[in-house]
Amino acid sequence: MGLTLAVSHVFKSYDGKPVLQDCSFPFEKSGTYVLTGPNGSGKSTFFRICALLENPDRGKINYLSGSILIEKNIELRRRITLLLPRVGVFNMTVFKNVAYGLTIRGANSDETGERVHKALDFVGLLQKKEQKALTLSSGETQRLGIARAIVTEPEILFLDEPTASVDLENTKIIEDIILRMKKIGKSIVVITTHDMAQAERLADWLLLLKDGRIVSAP
Amino acid sequence: MYSIIEGFRKALFLILYLDPELLRIILLSLKVSGTALIISTALGLPVGSLTGLKKFPGRGFIMTILNTLMGLPPVVVGLFVYLVLSRRGPFGFMALLYTPLAMVIAQSILAFPIVAALSHSAIIKIDPLIKQASFTLGATPFQVTTAMIREARYGIMAAVIAAFGRVMAEVGAILIVGGNIAGYTRVMTTTIALETDKGNFELALALGIILLMLSLVINMALYLVQRKGVLQT
Repeated sequence: MGLTLAVSHVFKSYDGKPVLQDCSFPFEKSGTYVLTGPNGSGKSTFFRICALLENPDRGKINYLSGSILIEKNIELRRRITLLLPRVGVFNMTVFKNVAYGLTIRGANSDETGERVHKALDFVGLLQKKEQKALTLSSGETQRLGIARAIVTEPEILFLDEPTASVDLENTKIIEDIILRMKKIGKSIVVITTHDMAQAERLADWLLLLKDGRIVSAP
Repeated sequence: MYSIIEGFRKALFLILYLDPELLRIILLSLKVSGTALIISTALGLPVGSLTGLKKFPGRGFIMTILNTLMGLPPVVVGLFVYLVLSRRGPFGFMALLYTPLAMVIAQSILAFPIVAALSHSAIIKIDPLIKQASFTLGATPFQVTTAMIREARYGIMAAVIAAFGRVMAEVGAILIVGGNIAGYTRVMTTTIALETDKGNFELALALGIILLMLSLVINMALYLVQRKGVLQT
């Protein structure tokens, strides 16, 4: 049974300033959810809470497998992945960066090699696999981040502003990667963007975060 | 009057013909300082990592103490270790004074704050995004910590090399706690001090040349490590 996420009545504020207020939404079907909203509307906070990087002040983040509630532990964290707007790159080769998630899960080298090659090919970085990751351009770094995120085949993938810091050419490449992921359709992909046109291009379900709530639902 | 040129000639003769006494002194120096470095790294790296990775009450105070200890005069360390290990001291019953182990303890105390403080500096310079990336990819807290330490590896290596340079060149502490006993606790720096006092400059100069060469090698290693770290970031 695939993993689903139910966000229920989540509140979060920083220094007394409310960011999320009674925010609720179920992510139940595989496909692409695009969460839009102006800068500062709380999209990243929402993602950080969903990805268990932060706790809400109130409310619940429930991960479910069918009707079974999944405990928030390392096993759950390994079934979800968050890609931040700025990708933190390890000082090692592109290959080893992408292999990281598999290495920490104890995957053997044959399986790791095969899956990393597949992921790098998917994002168009296979030729650069032996290159130092810190020498990649910002667009390539973002694609590396996507490869690193998908190589572990997460059941829920959060992509926070994946094209915010890249040029037009790389934006198109990344959008194409997301659309190809959509065709495979194995997992739930949740993306934030403040670009409405991009949101419409990518979304199966378009959501709007306004005044701390998800106000527009499919 | 003593001829400096003649002294250098004899010193080079001792080095080229691998004088047994010279070799014994060099080996003991490397053994004492190497052991002290292993101990100080084993203790200093966890402290540097903990203070670099975790925020907790008293962290700033610990760093202030470590930074202060980095400038600790070796003779003060020697005096402290002497008092602790002397017959009337709390560990006098262990009879460690005037042994190589006492010298290792003194040098470990000198090297520890250097390894800890410089490792701390190397770790806090790592981009916080690395920690978040590691976490969001499913790393356990231990795996996040090892990822951060690996990212700081060049800075940590530089810390260890700097500490080795400090203990190899040190004389005050080991002279006090080692006693400079021939064939037992006599190392390069203490031999130079003694032989100079005696007017026996050949051995002192030979050891001085070796010490300078070691210092050159240490500094070249430090430069190369730092250069590699800079090039890769």
